[in-house]
Amino acid sequence: MSDAPNLARNVTVLDLQNTPVKDANTALQTAQDGAFAMLNPGGRHALACGLDAPVSVSIEGHVGYYCAGMNQHAEVTVRGNAGTGLAENIMSGVVRVTGDASQSAAATGHGGLVVIEGNASARCGISMKGVDIVVGGNVGHMSAFMAQAGNLVVLGDAGEDLGDSIYEARLFVRGKVARLGTDCVEKPMRAEHLDTLRDILARAGMEAAPEEFTRYGSARALYHFKIDNAGAY
Amino acid sequence: MCGIVGLFLKDPGLYPRLGSLMLPMLAEMCERGPDSAGFAIYRDGPARPTLSCLAPKGFDWEAAAASLAQATGSPCDIERIADHGLLRTAADLHEARRHLIEAFPDLSVLAAGEAIELFKGIGDPMAVARTFGLAGRSGTHGLAHTRMATESAVTIAGSHPFSTGADTCLVHNGSLSNHHLLREVLESRGETLQTENDSEVAAAFLAWRMREGDTLPQALEAALSRLDGFYTLTIGTRDGFAVLRDPIACKPAVLAETDQWVAMASEFRAIAQLPGVERARIWEPEPSTIYTWGPDGMQVAA
Repeated sequence: MSDAPNLARNVTVLDLQNTPVKDANTALQTAQDGAFAMLNPGGRHALACGLDAPVSVSIEGHVGYYCAGMNQHAEVTVRGNAGTGLAENIMSGVVRVTGDASQSAAATGHGGLVVIEGNASARCGISMKGVDIVVGGNVGHMSAFMAQAGNLVVLGDAGEDLGDSIYEARLFVRGKVARLGTDCVEKPMRAEHLDTLRDILARAGMEAAPEEFTRYGSARALYHFKIDNAGAY
Repeated sequence: MCGIVGLFLKDPGLYPRLGSLMLPMLAEMCERGPDSAGFAIYRDGPARPTLSCLAPKGFDWEAAAASLAQATGSPCDIERIADHGLLRTAADLHEARRHLIEAFPDLSVLAAGEAIELFKGIGDPMAVARTFGLAGRSGTHGLAHTRMATESAVTIAGSHPFSTGADTCLVHNGSLSNHHLLREVLESRGETLQTENDSEVAAAFLAWRMREGDTLPQALEAALSRLDGFYTLTIGTRDGFAVLRDPIACKPAVLAETDQWVAMASEFRAIAQLPGVERARIWEPEPSTIYTWGPDGMQVAA
């Protein structure tokens, strides 16, 4: 299907045309280091998931659901698009997609960095708990829903209800926000935020001026029961 | 969960291969819906008015054909395939469909039209495809569905595609919450529904709007405001093809287009084997956005 990529020496090739996904994933999960290339992914699910060592994996084509889920320490690059749940619950390491990602990218991520060079669709960073997410294009509706910690950086626009019911994550958007979610508000960009953003953009390899972004975060109005409503019960 | 695929050919050179291109698409979606399946093919070539029907074992097909011929004054031929029968007639298809449904309560009229032929069954989707010869079928476009029943029983009545209007059919992933109310509205406006399934209501809604004069995009715009629930829909008409997702968009969809074809699937893996896919434009359809293809190319309306 895809043209054979120019692979560096010492790269272990896992061709999914003739290797079952389970075997390929086991090879990655048991390696302690080294570089791997997955060929002919064909939209298959759960590729390169559950990695727990500083291996480097490049997937040459489009992947299905839950690619690089639960990633720790590894660096996974998808040269194509990713389906639902990319890098779900990522703990550390880097997951990069050169194309678009479908819904719930980096959902519940605790740490590490997820870079989507194209667009991410709905619910990007839902319930994020410390992961840094950088999206080169736009994010869909309900992104950063119930986000608890970490940074979501969007170079394009954000869809409706960004940051709905957000706790403490920071959202940086360069373009337009269709509509902010409940309890998500615009916040001043202080020097410390510019520094944070500059660092994340540099780590993501994205060229953008931090000053062009707007910061959004929690108004913290949903944290506590409002005593004014006591009479309603 | 269900699996949906659709393929709309732009290159007439591919028409003879429609079924053989759709078969691997359907195969990839078996895990999403292993309990039943169905497909609709829009034949290429001259119009051949056909009623695609399904009946239980022992059904008297000759009697049905004779009754239809007598009621309409047009002769009726039958092509039998397993528990299906394709009834060919020159009669008005809307009237013919209504006559068969009223006169033969055991018979299901799956589709009626000049180009559409529709087949469905329960059990392994690949067996359904084999029984009805999907791989050998030629045509301009087609839809297929693999079902994992959630709201209703695993019966052939719940299998997709659904069709109530001439040459119009629909496959649905999701569930509608206002289908009882809509069914009453549609029946009072002359639509004849044959199952208790929510997806049939969506098909009937579109058929009704288009009988009232709506274009396909207009009918889909009306659907966006009237259908309540979760849906990714793929729709076929005589010469058109459309995709629509509800505003929440939790049911998946991928679109891909090349100079030769437009493909829709629940997941990319169903598209991965199409010829020229490495050069395709691939994207996820936006929520509440109407994507239609016809003789004039693609239209997008948000």
